[in-house]
Amino acid sequence: MPDLGLEVLLKGKNMIRLIGGLGVALRISLISVLVSIPLGILLGALMNWKNPITKAILRVYLEFIRIMPQMVLLFLVYFGSTRAFGWELSGETASIIVFILWGTAEMSDLVRGALSSIPKHQYESSEALGLSKVQTYWYIIIPQTLRRLIPLSINLITRMIKTTSLILMIGVVEVLKVAQQIIEANRMSSPNAAFGIYLAVFLLYFLACWPISLLAKYLEKRWK
Amino acid sequence: MNWEFIMKYLPLYEKAAVLTVRIGVMGVVIAIIVGLICAAIQYYKIPVLKHIVGIYIELSRNTPLLVQLFFIYYGLPKIGIRTQADICGVAGLAFLGGSYMAEAFRSGLEAIEPIQAESAMSLGMNRYQMMRYVILPQAMSISIPAFIANVIFLLKETSVFSAISLMDLMFTAKDLIGMYYKTTESLFLLVVFYLIILLPVSIVGSILERRLRYAGFGA
Repeated sequence: MPDLGLEVLLKGKNMIRLIGGLGVALRISLISVLVSIPLGILLGALMNWKNPITKAILRVYLEFIRIMPQMVLLFLVYFGSTRAFGWELSGETASIIVFILWGTAEMSDLVRGALSSIPKHQYESSEALGLSKVQTYWYIIIPQTLRRLIPLSINLITRMIKTTSLILMIGVVEVLKVAQQIIEANRMSSPNAAFGIYLAVFLLYFLACWPISLLAKYLEKRWK
Repeated sequence: MNWEFIMKYLPLYEKAAVLTVRIGVMGVVIAIIVGLICAAIQYYKIPVLKHIVGIYIELSRNTPLLVQLFFIYYGLPKIGIRTQADICGVAGLAFLGGSYMAEAFRSGLEAIEPIQAESAMSLGMNRYQMMRYVILPQAMSISIPAFIANVIFLLKETSVFSAISLMDLMFTAKDLIGMYYKTTESLFLLVVFYLIILLPVSIVGSILERRLRYAGFGA
């Protein structure tokens, strides 16, 4: 039976290198999530503002970002912006910028959805009870919005982690790139290693995302 | 902006767009079929199969399409399963989309209160009539928003196909940037073509969604 990659995987530091590659992906998505959640909340709240001009501008920006494939956004920032403005961006910086832009757009849409899912009578009832605007938001609206929002934003983290697989295409060394290097280095001794190595990458991504999805699902059920 | 360059390479993009749409549509259609089958298995709680479907859904939802494609395209041939790149693309999209579609359909079916089925039964409907006239119409209007979001999501995901050397829009843009260094023009065409593909779907989707909201019961 020819080696399908298990031997290569256990040889030297290969497994550790793969996990390190996943670490790069996780780091990029963590930074982007931490920045895009507050920004997204801000934009989402602004979207509920009644000013038609800010609303229109925000809407165009958000729709554009959300409708473009993330890969196109990566290309626009990595190749397009560097060419147009003449600055230099490393692949990693470019991907963090893209993930923040994209994450902010997605997050603000979640916030908008959560806010508009609060029935109008909640506002009216609290006004009838004599609560001020600040009190209405602090005691009535925000707690209810958060319950809907937290599971959705946790899901956004897994989406972000999955999307980091794309940064291979702008030359960032992450899990898939490391896998390619390992396969290439062992091409002679085990030509069939691609099967096992890519299976390992598949499982690594699964192990990174699955617990987070389970947590989101659990919270969603609990707070229904 | 060099319009001559744009006109010259427009046909190349058109060809790539056709490929993107063809693989995208095929993948989405198969994903819908897979999703329907999986949702039915989970709804009727068919033993054994229901666990297999559960594992499949978790595996496919928690891994990126690019990794799935690499495994199908570079990994599987090593154990003797060899396919062409475009079939790999369709298979990958169907594998990923099947679980998303299944979840969309399942959440629609689960949102229908048992009282609906019980009432249908007490009116003397048989199982088929109950599904056809009571459960499905309501479940469908609940599933539609998630369904449309999934279609757009899957069409967007086709952008990773260039990684398994399919000559799609991404591939064409990258190629032209590499060959002629006409970054602005290449990227401009890329954005325009993706807008042409995705904008109509998104607009039709939001119209459908608005119309179906009226069809909701008790909402």
